[in-house]
Amino acid sequence: MTAFLQRLGAGTLGITERVGRGHLFLLHVLGGFPGLLPRFGLVMKQIYASGVLSLLIVAVSGLFVGMVLALQGYNTLVDFGATESLGVVVSLSLVRELGPVVAALLFAGRAGSALTAEIGLMKATEQLSAMEMMAVNPLHRVVAPRLLGGIIAMPLLAAIFSAVGILGGYFVAVGLLGVDEGAFWSQMQAKVDLYEDIANGVIKSVVFGFVVTWIAVFEGYDAVPTSEGVSRATTRTVVHASLAVLGLDFILTALMFGDE
Amino acid sequence: MMQSRTVQIWVGLFVIMGMAALLMLAMKVSNIRAFSGEEGYVITARFENIGGLKVRSPVTMAGVVVGRVSKIGFDKEIYEAVVTMNIDPRYDNLPEDTSASIFTSGLLGEQYIGLEAGGAENYLRDGDRIQLTQSAVILEQLIGQFLVSQADK
Repeated sequence: MTAFLQRLGAGTLGITERVGRGHLFLLHVLGGFPGLLPRFGLVMKQIYASGVLSLLIVAVSGLFVGMVLALQGYNTLVDFGATESLGVVVSLSLVRELGPVVAALLFAGRAGSALTAEIGLMKATEQLSAMEMMAVNPLHRVVAPRLLGGIIAMPLLAAIFSAVGILGGYFVAVGLLGVDEGAFWSQMQAKVDLYEDIANGVIKSVVFGFVVTWIAVFEGYDAVPTSEGVSRATTRTVVHASLAVLGLDFILTALMFGDE
Repeated sequence: MMQSRTVQIWVGLFVIMGMAALLMLAMKVSNIRAFSGEEGYVITARFENIGGLKVRSPVTMAGVVVGRVSKIGFDKEIYEAVVTMNIDPRYDNLPEDTSASIFTSGLLGEQYIGLEAGGAENYLRDGDRIQLTQSAVILEQLIGQFLVSQADK
């Protein structure tokens, strides 16, 4: 009985300690943000690594998600003779939910795992300790640019995802299914609000970018410096970041759209 | 040096693409140019029943959106709904005896307020109340009336 209690207590303490370490880590990294301004090239490289290199997968996924949404929405709406609303269905689901969420999931898989592996390997090969020896703070030099790069790249990726998805939906709806082109755009414009829908979608994607990148860099920095530890940390990044995105999405949606 | 230049060009391209996507979402997808209901002047109207009217529902005149519903309240003294609407300041010449009715767009569509101009010489001003109102048509009541009238035959 006491053994069970002890294990439970140890587990809880372990989790709490890790959460606390993650937040202290974040605090130190955020302290490095002002120092990045004169050396924006560092951030630029990270935007390239996590943003530009994720561009293809995000754009292609967005295209297909938009096309599938149009196909499925058409099947339901055609029963009510309301196929003109297809533009609203596609654009609202993309801008409010699917754009930020799916882009963040792809971002966690494509860029987050790479960040964890990179930083974990830096730790395993003692590059981080070497930096400390040279009085360079690795949190400021290595981690901060990656976090800022992720925060900048993610909303852009989500916007590209939504825009490409709406174009994909447009091609399927107007080109393939014969929905009226004018009604497709005008209904969309009548129902989608700049602040209510698009601005909230952008806020969501900024939050997701922050959380995913934070989890990724922390897992990498906190990894056990062996090849097995790095591989575990990479897996944990993808799992935890995806769960965090989906959970946060529910909370954000309830806060933003819940009072309608 | 060459390496960092290509990186910078790519990042520049990426940022431009992201901004273009945002701009497209804002201009082409959302109702940025439509009246948002933020500015404008306020008029109220009392209805016996507002049906499914919601905040931000459109207020139209001759089918054109001239404003939005900004608040829906309930007057507990006379048991009526008080609807506050913001009207686009461009349309500042609605006659005092304008009437307001609640319509449904299509059979199952959303509900909106339709204004119909009267013939008075004075115009509605900020804070005024529309006197002539017509409640929402409730589909269930209509069906009920229809059934009753059929049963009488």
